[in-house]
Amino acid sequence: MIRRLLLAVALAFAVPALAQDNSIVVASTTSTQDSGLFGDILPLFKRSTGIDVKVVALGTGQALDVGRRGDADVVFVHARSEEEKFVAEGFGVKRHPVMYNDFIVVGPRSDPAGVGKARDVVEALHIIRDKGLPFISRGDRSGTHVAELKLWKEAGIDLERDKGLWYKSIGQGMGAALNTASAADAYVLTDRGTWLSFKNKGGLAILVQGDKRLFNQYGVMLVNPAKHPHVKKAKGQQFIDWLIAREGQDAVANYKINGEQLFFPNAGDPNA
Amino acid sequence: MPENLSALDLVLTGDPALFAIVRLALVVSLSAVLLAALIGVPLGAAIALSSFRGRDAAIVFLNAMMGLPPVVIGLIVYLALSRSGPLGEWGLLFTPQAMVIAQTILVTPIIAALARQTIEDLWLEYRDELTAMDVRPLRRITTLVWDARFSLITALLAGFGRAAAEVGAVIIVGGNIDGFTRTMTTAIALETSKGNLPLAIGLGLVLIAIVLAVNGLAWALRRAAERLAG
Repeated sequence: MIRRLLLAVALAFAVPALAQDNSIVVASTTSTQDSGLFGDILPLFKRSTGIDVKVVALGTGQALDVGRRGDADVVFVHARSEEEKFVAEGFGVKRHPVMYNDFIVVGPRSDPAGVGKARDVVEALHIIRDKGLPFISRGDRSGTHVAELKLWKEAGIDLERDKGLWYKSIGQGMGAALNTASAADAYVLTDRGTWLSFKNKGGLAILVQGDKRLFNQYGVMLVNPAKHPHVKKAKGQQFIDWLIAREGQDAVANYKINGEQLFFPNAGDPNA
Repeated sequence: MPENLSALDLVLTGDPALFAIVRLALVVSLSAVLLAALIGVPLGAAIALSSFRGRDAAIVFLNAMMGLPPVVIGLIVYLALSRSGPLGEWGLLFTPQAMVIAQTILVTPIIAALARQTIEDLWLEYRDELTAMDVRPLRRITTLVWDARFSLITALLAGFGRAAAEVGAVIIVGGNIDGFTRTMTTAIALETSKGNLPLAIGLGLVLIAIVLAVNGLAWALRRAAERLAG
């Protein structure tokens, strides 16, 4: 009995060490994982290269921190300003645009305050602030949180001054924020991919979309081997090259839920 | 995990992803309990039989450590195993080994504290006899641990319960990587965040069933062993 258990422990330690050889760790965001994108495209990458991609899904801020500490080979996130900072600090080799989708504001379908009637997202945020409608913020330095803060700023709203009980910062992932909004009939900014695949929508519906300020760009970077020598440079770069070349871009475009495309490849766009 | 399937479907169809998750959850938790027992039982026994200055404080400390917050232990192990941390060379972050290390730290105080109490109670009963027979200290410990072995199973099960149920530490140091470090509790957290509440609850019920099965097995083993021991 004891011997068997010891063997099991030994195996638990030995097997992953052997299996680790042909794999890379990618720090990414909850939106790419929860939307099912990785589950769909990673098997295609494995088929053509034999490389296992281990995804650790966090908010963009945390994912970049994992890269900074050298605990991932590749970082795949969505907050351009933060990504450029990451590269400028020397933690990332080069930022490559991969794809985009968009943010949307969701809230109670009945929408008695008329947020859905706003002309654009700025007006929608003003209605939410003026009427003190419950708003759920990620509050976790994720790409979506960064985008949300930028939108309040563009709307000319000083959150530090204006936030009251209506503004609830939960410090959790996109799914948790949607679950909270669904339970509390609150408003929340989300990426379209997570929304489409989310299963607990309850009484929530899309109220604001299509504003160009709601654009959501994803970028990918190799963690700098000059800072962290153990980074699997060749395999990490192979993943990035695949993602931004024809094969990976097609795989992204082909991922659909109920016939609806979630992400739009744009690796070729120099301004993305 | 496949979409739009209930946990019952996954069990009935023998879904390989679910079984991989169950296997990993069991291997990680049982490994942690085994390692924690190897450290915790001798430690608890040593404290039970010894007298030293500050012994009361040590016992209070040990008992308090049963309430170690998993998230904090997860963070400490994360920082230690990170490539930028002191043990970064090992390259263990985001592996099942890291999960075993974190859970061993969580479970050891539970087993040590419960073993200390059990063996101390037994020691009070046997003290005169063992002292009269002039049994050496190390031998006293092995004798008492052997005599308390059936009661100590409860301590191991308490440790296993802690390991099987916690999510805070394993999700930080394991990273919840699909097919590699995803366990029952981290899968439940993930399905909850995807809004797939029925599947999350279903997986929760599967986890409870597994914990029940492990406890039933331990009970049956204890009964069989007691009968053999007469």
